[in-house]
Amino acid sequence: MLTISNVNKTFNEGTVNEKIALRNINLHLAPGDFVTVIGSNGAGKSTLMNAISGGYIPDTGTIKIAEQMVTKWNEHNRASLIGRVFQDPMAGTAPNMTIEENLAIAYSRGKKRRLGLGVTSKKRALFQERLRMLDQGLENRLKTKVGFLSGGQRQALSLLMATFTNPKILLLDEHTAALDPKRAALIVDLTLKVVNENKLTTLMVTHNMEQALNMGNRLLMLHDGSIILDIPQEKKSQMTTNDLLRAFEEARGGEKLTEDRYILA
Amino acid sequence: MNFAIVSAIEQGLLFAIMVLGVYLTFRILDFPDLTVDGSFALGGAIAATLIIDGMNPFLATLIAMAGGAIAGTFTGLLTTKGKINGLLAGILVMISLYSINLRIMGKKSNLPLLREETLYSKTQALSIPDITFGGITWLTGEAIIFLVMVLLIKFLIDWFLHTDLGLDIRATGDNSRMIRSFGANTDTTTIIGLALSNALVAVSGAFIAQYQGFADVGMGIGMIVVGLASVIIGEVLFGAKSIMRVTLAVVLGSVVYRLVIAFALQAGLEATDMKLITAFLVILALVLPNIMKRALKMGKTVKGG
Ligand SMILES: Nc1ncnc2c1ncn2[C@@H]1O[C@H](COP(=O)(O)OP(=O)(O)O)[C@@H](O)[C@H]1O
Ligand SMILES: [Mg+2]
Repeated sequence: MLTISNVNKTFNEGTVNEKIALRNINLHLAPGDFVTVIGSNGAGKSTLMNAISGGYIPDTGTIKIAEQMVTKWNEHNRASLIGRVFQDPMAGTAPNMTIEENLAIAYSRGKKRRLGLGVTSKKRALFQERLRMLDQGLENRLKTKVGFLSGGQRQALSLLMATFTNPKILLLDEHTAALDPKRAALIVDLTLKVVNENKLTTLMVTHNMEQALNMGNRLLMLHDGSIILDIPQEKKSQMTTNDLLRAFEEARGGEKLTEDRYILA
Repeated sequence: MNFAIVSAIEQGLLFAIMVLGVYLTFRILDFPDLTVDGSFALGGAIAATLIIDGMNPFLATLIAMAGGAIAGTFTGLLTTKGKINGLLAGILVMISLYSINLRIMGKKSNLPLLREETLYSKTQALSIPDITFGGITWLTGEAIIFLVMVLLIKFLIDWFLHTDLGLDIRATGDNSRMIRSFGANTDTTTIIGLALSNALVAVSGAFIAQYQGFADVGMGIGMIVVGLASVIIGEVLFGAKSIMRVTLAVVLGSVVYRLVIAFALQAGLEATDMKLITAFLVILALVLPNIMKRALKMGKTVKGG
């Protein structure tokens, strides 16, 4: 479903601020794969997501999604294939537009937008049905501006919008990191539900090791622009967070993962 | 006095089309577009020149509208494809238009339309009765036609902003990263928004030229500030809850603005002071909410502490 070959990305090449963000990344995801991604701050996780979504064009290498070579596609062209949820709950929705208008935008992903009405009564019924799944009572607030919702509600809506049209690839970039534990747990549950129901091929960055081990069928660890660990389901299901830390040390030849923000428990 | 009010209402309605255009860029696209000063005069210049050449005034006004759309497209291209800062892109097109408008007007800075058949003279020829009440004329027959036309444009904009394309344009101003992740080309939506806005501005300029009986190369100077003042006055007085509400509010804001100016003139201020007063109104409207917020906060900390 997703094939990344020999992707490199360097920021500010040739200046004192030069930063190699991705080093020769090779990655293949089969349809329905749910891959969790961990790695310290600055490891290149977000850059990898942006390379896939078209936010950054890689310096070298190719990206293939659903048998289409998309390396040279713009971000908005790739959007027909990719659903995305960002870390910032404010990033995935338009605050001054209503819930139903936001959903109408999600609904028209991959379609030509012309002069048909964005929200029709037929679409409205569909929106209500899908909103009910979030269990937030949003199905009765279609005409509320999204800016009035809480961070958790906005992130739930972002997730619904990102997956509304079953994209070929779902990219989640620390999408629970900005939420309090209770709301984060709710979004995790929703994520599992949506991904499993629709068998979405998913790449999920998280800073929560337990999440990384418990969710999905494969785990990647990024460090300094490289994939240093690629753990398959059989191994992953046996591992504890301590095993994961040890695996990191081994892969790094003794270097310890010193990162306060990692949630181990 | 009554005459001043009546003509303020007429003017307010014609300028309201320009204000709707400014609303589209300033509020919907979140793009302060200075092209407006140039495209307003462009509309007047094109319409006046073509009418003097003997063209049907309706057609001349339509061509003026197309001219405005092209001007807006240029600003859009400069800022999206050329990556020029939005304010600067607008200024560059505005300044270019000053030369272009003079060329269109055959190097004359003023084109009188005195004996020409214009949309205004056609409107007058309809002789629609004035609305008088209590011995005072409130709306002239012409103003009724203007009102119907402006409301028609308002409803068209309302409709457009609720289509799929309209939602994309609104989201471009609201959260451009989000709308790109759903497949909209924000360069295209920005250009469409700017083209539409300046088309409206040019139509307004064409109407004003026909209404006042001349086009002048300087007729657009300060127009963006008038537009902003009207948008802000409208929103403050009449609310901005929904698109339909706010488009009506800015139309009314345009009329209120003209009434304020009429009263200021009545009170003895010079016509040449009006730009200063307008700028002052905008500054006040932009600064007051911040001051009020700070005052509220201070009040709270004083009580709390
Ligand atoms: N637009 C950019 N310009 C310059 N450097 C960048 C840019 N984006 C990311 N980087 C750098 O690339 C490295 C990887 O960043 P990122 O992918 O955001 O890390 P992560 O998401 O794993 O924390 C970091 O060192 C970061 O500073
Ligand atoms: Mg990141």
